[in-house]
Amino acid sequence: MSQSTQNRKLIGLLLLGAVGMFGFGFALVPLYDVLCDALGINGKTNETAVTYKPMEVDTSRLVSVEFVAMVPGKMPWEFGPEVKRMQVHPGELIRTKFLATNNTGATMVGQAIPSVSPGTGAAYFNKTECFCFNQQTLMAHASAELPLIFYVDPDLPEEINTLTLSYTLFDITVQMDSTGGSEQVKQDNQKTTKHSDFTARYSLGGGNAEQGVAR
Amino acid sequence: MNTTTQDTDATLDPVSHDDHHHDGPPKGIMRWILTTNHKDIGTLYLWFSFIMFLIGGAMALVIRAELFQPGLQLVDPNFFNQMTTVHGLIMVFGAVMPAFTGLANWMIPLMIGAPDMALPRMNNWSFWILPFAFFILLSSLFMEGGGPNFGWTFYAPLSTTYGPDSTALFVFSVHIMGISSIMGAINVIVTIVNMRAPGMTWMKLPLFVWTWLITAFLLIMVMPVLAGVVTMVLTDKYFATSFFDAAGGGDPVMFQHIFWFFGHPEVYIMILPSFGIVSSIVPAFSRKKLFGYSSMVYATASIAILSFLVWAHHMFTTGMPLAGELFFMYCTMLIAVPTGVKIFNWVATMWRGALTFETPMLFSLAFIILFTIGGFSGLMLAITPADFQYHDTYFVVAHFHYVLVSGAVFSIMAAAYYWLPKWTGHMYNDTLSKWHFWCSLISVNVLFFPMHFVGLAGMPRRIPDYALQFADINQIVSIGGFAFGLSQLLFLAVVIKCIRGGEAAEAKPWEGAEGLEWEVPSPAPYHTFSTPPEVK
Repeated sequence: MSQSTQNRKLIGLLLLGAVGMFGFGFALVPLYDVLCDALGINGKTNETAVTYKPMEVDTSRLVSVEFVAMVPGKMPWEFGPEVKRMQVHPGELIRTKFLATNNTGATMVGQAIPSVSPGTGAAYFNKTECFCFNQQTLMAHASAELPLIFYVDPDLPEEINTLTLSYTLFDITVQMDSTGGSEQVKQDNQKTTKHSDFTARYSLGGGNAEQGVAR
Repeated sequence: MNTTTQDTDATLDPVSHDDHHHDGPPKGIMRWILTTNHKDIGTLYLWFSFIMFLIGGAMALVIRAELFQPGLQLVDPNFFNQMTTVHGLIMVFGAVMPAFTGLANWMIPLMIGAPDMALPRMNNWSFWILPFAFFILLSSLFMEGGGPNFGWTFYAPLSTTYGPDSTALFVFSVHIMGISSIMGAINVIVTIVNMRAPGMTWMKLPLFVWTWLITAFLLIMVMPVLAGVVTMVLTDKYFATSFFDAAGGGDPVMFQHIFWFFGHPEVYIMILPSFGIVSSIVPAFSRKKLFGYSSMVYATASIAILSFLVWAHHMFTTGMPLAGELFFMYCTMLIAVPTGVKIFNWVATMWRGALTFETPMLFSLAFIILFTIGGFSGLMLAITPADFQYHDTYFVVAHFHYVLVSGAVFSIMAAAYYWLPKWTGHMYNDTLSKWHFWCSLISVNVLFFPMHFVGLAGMPRRIPDYALQFADINQIVSIGGFAFGLSQLLFLAVVIKCIRGGEAAEAKPWEGAEGLEWEVPSPAPYHTFSTPPEVK
């Protein structure tokens, strides 16, 4: 009977291993984010605003910044940058904006996801204000100017002379519906309170970013 | 030394404390449903795998028929995508892996002198949930919206945002396959660790047992990760999570990392037992001991460890940083070293051996040569800058079919011919088996070799149509495909003939064969090694 005890012990260990590896599969998700963050490798930019401390602008150097906007699949919005390409000095605070138009007859919610190429340059691209920090609600046939304020870190490695900032605008109307955002979406012609902080923030940016206001 | 003890009372047997208190198997269908006998379960696995091989092969023929000419003629693109997807899933999880598990069930207890597998009831379960998994998967093809059409790798967002409604069924079937594999792997490990006959020390284990032991550890480490990633796909698609959805903060590239963390060890799961089979057959027909036994064991273990460090070579074009690309490139190339050791040892075993070319040996020789071709194209793919051209072309298709069809599948056929006399008690029909070999050998090369060329010329994989300049080569490939598919019916004929009758096989039908399995009579009695044999 010592064999069946031995068997049971080994089975227990192996089962534990299998369950542990199932958990490890899920642990890979936060691990992936932590690693990408630590190594600065997957082109993700800061997800919350950074504050700009006045710094010395490196006027001896010019970096090209390109703006790309993508609307995937069936998302029926028009979305694009006001300026497609600009030359900036590292350390300089730059203000620009994107334009979005909801071409449908229904209120929709969009979420812009930024990504910087080359990926290793992402850590040096700092946004002090970005419409991507919040969801965008646009009423039927409404348009909005979406401001973006950023600076390029003067520590940007020498070999990088162009940074491409790409936004993909996802339709998250359905997700907002299912997570209780539906009332807001359905309250046509009424400015919602959820995005008030968003509006306040962007009044600073100078753009008219009031969401959901028919014009 | 004759250690057959089928006449010993089975109740003395510490393991098979089930309803087999008699020597022969019970009669009728219930024998197969309730069986806990390792030989019965091995047989079930092998037949199941062969049926899946034919079904998956029929799907490959749909693909090759559609690609016989440019343009869309036979099937619509969505169905074509379902065929490429389900062909891959069936061949990986339904044909190759169950065939190895079947061989493990049949041979490991015989090779280590154990009366049965350690966990016979679990063994029964791990087989009998498999048919349900594949029934679910195959039935999804007939549902509204169709079956899985996102490739066997089910990359997000193809499987999440754009997958068909039946994706949940795909997920559940993969869960069941994973549970089956994990149970099978636990069984193999417990059997090998605890049930070796006295004197069967670690470094006396036949290499098939060694390679399976290492494979079983790989299975336990990666099948749960596969279960995890399909679960994430399930919740992303149906329960509004955002593991892989950028709109919700997830990352579709992360899918590829998690998938290939499973996927690369998986390819070694499908080849390590082949190495064990070939390491049994080559010495038998060279009439020499295997050259470099211990280096074979260490090489297998090194391949298994390295398999966890190379997953991102499937993802060179996702925009990895240079340092990452170099790391994965060098690690991948490093795998060529232990693999090269194995090839060298097989060749050295044959060197100055008294070679004869029975069908198992022919398949093993074809394995060594064709697997090496597949290995070399793998090295080409490992070169990061070159991979940018090869990625997602038919070159990749050619590569992995060389290692999986003329590699894994050929080794399974070699194993089947090698042990058929032991299983059935009859010799197979030699002429027919030679026909099977030569038809398979020629057609497999007509089928897969030209794929290298269309791939290098830029033909993408998984697309139902192609540019006109690829027409001639695709026609040749399709002819090879149909020839290969039909050749496998010869194999079916050989096996059925061999079960029904034929020249009686001796306990050891191969002059140079070694191992405990040849010390029991042919066919192997229903219960063997109830009293453990002495291993010197």
